[in-house]
Amino acid sequence: MPQTLFEKIWDSHVVVESDNNPSIIYIDRHLVHEVTSPQAFEELRLNKRRVRRPDLTIATMDHNVPTSDRSLPIVDQISEVQIKTLEKNCQDFGIQLFDIKSPYQGIVHVIGPQLGITLPGTTIVCGDSHTSTHGAFGALAFGIGTSEVEHVLATQTIRMEKPKPFEIKVVGKRKNPHAITAKDIILSIIRHIGINGGTGTVIEYRGEAISDLTMEQRMTICNMSIEAGARAGLVAPDEKTFDYLRGRKFTPKNYDDLVSQWQETLYTDSNASFAKSFTIDVSNIAPQVSWGTNPAMVCDVTESVPFPEEYAKGNEDQRKAAEKALQYMSLKAGTKMTEIEIDRVFIGSCTNSRIEDLIEASKVIKGKNVSSKVRAMIVPGSQMVKKQAEEMGLDKIFKDANFEWRESGCSMCLGMNPDILAPGERCASTSNRNFEGRQGTGGRTHLVSPIMAAAAAIKGHFVDVREMDLN
Amino acid sequence: MEPFRKIKSIVTPFDKVNVDTDQIVPKQFLKLIHKTGFGKFLFYNWRFDNNGNQIPSFILNDPKYKNSKILITRDNFGCGSSREHAVWALKDYGFFVIIAPSFADIFYSNCFKNGLLPIILDSKTVDSLFQTSSEIEVDLEAQKITTPTKTISFEIDGHRKQILLKGLDDIAMTLEYEDEISDYEKQATIPSLL
Repeated sequence: MPQTLFEKIWDSHVVVESDNNPSIIYIDRHLVHEVTSPQAFEELRLNKRRVRRPDLTIATMDHNVPTSDRSLPIVDQISEVQIKTLEKNCQDFGIQLFDIKSPYQGIVHVIGPQLGITLPGTTIVCGDSHTSTHGAFGALAFGIGTSEVEHVLATQTIRMEKPKPFEIKVVGKRKNPHAITAKDIILSIIRHIGINGGTGTVIEYRGEAISDLTMEQRMTICNMSIEAGARAGLVAPDEKTFDYLRGRKFTPKNYDDLVSQWQETLYTDSNASFAKSFTIDVSNIAPQVSWGTNPAMVCDVTESVPFPEEYAKGNEDQRKAAEKALQYMSLKAGTKMTEIEIDRVFIGSCTNSRIEDLIEASKVIKGKNVSSKVRAMIVPGSQMVKKQAEEMGLDKIFKDANFEWRESGCSMCLGMNPDILAPGERCASTSNRNFEGRQGTGGRTHLVSPIMAAAAAIKGHFVDVREMDLN
Repeated sequence: MEPFRKIKSIVTPFDKVNVDTDQIVPKQFLKLIHKTGFGKFLFYNWRFDNNGNQIPSFILNDPKYKNSKILITRDNFGCGSSREHAVWALKDYGFFVIIAPSFADIFYSNCFKNGLLPIILDSKTVDSLFQTSSEIEVDLEAQKITTPTKTISFEIDGHRKQILLKGLDDIAMTLEYEDEISDYEKQATIPSLL
C-alpha cells in the first residue's frame, strides 16, 4: 500500500503495536535541556531506574542561561540551581552534556542539525514543543512532556497513538526571496489553517516552494508546525539535506551508505493519501506581521490592524479573543501596521537565529543605526553560529549599528533569563509565540522575519522590506 | 499515581478559547526542579496584579468556585509549550477534570500522566454545562457525567482510562516489553552519539 513519508518512518520504529493501545515507538535521538528534565531524573532516582541508552541522549542548557558575558557568575540563583542540576544529572546518568562553557552549547534545535545529531528517517524527541524543527531533515521529531522525557530515558521508547498525515503543498515562486522569507510562508500558513488546524496530525510540507528553500529555511517552517497545533512537521530529504549533514561532528562514518538507503526509502509514495490537505501559493504573499496574541493573528505588513468582527467572520469565540488581543496589545483596529512604533527588537530563537538569518538581517543593518527609540538585540542560536558570524564580521556590522551582540540561548523568545520586555513594551521579534506575557509580563510581541525585525529596528516602526534595497 | 475516583463538584466556567500553557503557568515559574507546589502559580498573570494581589474579576478568585474540582473551558485548551508544569499546576490547585471541545495534543497526553482527566465534548454540550450551577458528577469507569437534569456520555481511549482508574505506572508497563525493545535494538542500526 502506498505510504506517506511519516507513515514509513513511524512503521519502521514500531516496537509493539496493538489495536486497543497506543503503540510503543522506538526513539533514536533524545535531546535534553535544563527546564523540562529535572523532575524526570528525580523520578528515575526514586524508582531506581537507569537511562537505557545514554549513547542516544544528548543534553545542553539553553532556556534559562544568561546571554551576557559567560565568564561572569550567573546572577539568578534559581536558574543556577537548574543548570547545576542538569550537570549533576548528566554526570550521574552518563549523558553527554554541552554546558554553558562548551563551544557546542546552543539552542537544542539549532545544535542538533549543526552537530549532525539530527538525521533523516530517525525519531527525535525533546521536552520542548519546537522539536518539530528537526523534521526539516526528514526526521519524525516532536515535543514531549516531562513524564514522557522520563519514559524515554528509562525505555528509549514512547507510547503514542498514531497521528494523521497532513499535506501542506507550498507552490509558486517568491517574487523577492530576500524580502519574502520562510518565516512569512509559515506565518501565512498558520494564519490560514489556524492555531489548531494541525491538531492530531504530522504535517508534510511539499511542493516547489519547499524544494527551493535552504535547510535553514526549512527548519524555520518545520519549527512553527506546533504553532498550528501539529505534533510534528517534516520535509522529505533531498540532496540539500544530505549535503548539509555531511562531515559534521556526529555524522555517522558510513554516511554515504546511509544516504543511499535514505534515497531509496524516504519519500511519500506517489499514490499515498493524506488525511488532510492544504495548498498555499507563495508567489503573491507579502511580509507578515502578527497583531494579536496567538500566531494565527497575523496580517500583511501593508494591511491594517483588523476589526474583531471582520476577523472573526461570525465566530463569537474568535471575536472575543480578537477584542481581548487588541486590548492586551494596546492596538486600535484600523491602524496601519507600518504606523505601529516599537520599543524593542529581538533577533534570535530556535525559529530564526541561524547564520543565514543573521546574514539576511545584516544586509538591512549594514551602515545604518538602530533608531534612538529602540533597544535591539541579536542572540545567535549557538556558540557555533556566533563564531561563524564573527568570522564573517557580522558582529561588527551589528555592533556598529548599536545592536547588542549576545551569547547563545533561548533568551527573549520566552524570557526565562534576564532578557525580558518591561510591562507595556512593544517588540518586533523573530521568535515563534506572541502569547500574552511570553517575552515578559505585560510585554507585547509582534512576530516577524529577521529582515523585517532588522528594518523595524532601524526605522522605529514596521516597514515593508520589499521597498528596501536588499542586494 | 493515585487511582482516579468519581468526582462530584460544581464546575468552574472558564469562558476562553485557545488558552495556552504560557498562561496556565508563566515561564518565571518553570525554574523549579520538583513537581510539587505549582498550584499557587496557576494562571498567575490573570489571577494576580503586579503587586501580587488577587484580581477579583478573574473567575478563579470568585469564592464560589474555591473548592471546584472541574474546569470547563473552550476549544484548544493547553496549546503552545509542552511544559508539563501546566498540568502540575492545575492538579495541585485542585482540579481533577477539565472539560472542553478540544485540547492541544501534548497537553492532552500530559494530563494522563498526572491523574488529570481531560474530557472532550461537543461544543453544544459544553455550552450547556457552562450554564450548570449545581454540582455534577464525573464517573470515569462508566464514562458518564451526571447533572441534575441529564446524563452525558463521553469517549476515552481504553488504555488511558485504565491508567487513570488504576493509577498505573506507564514506565513499568512499557518495561514489561523489555525483550521486544531489545529485539528491536538488535535489528535496527541506530548511529550512536558516542
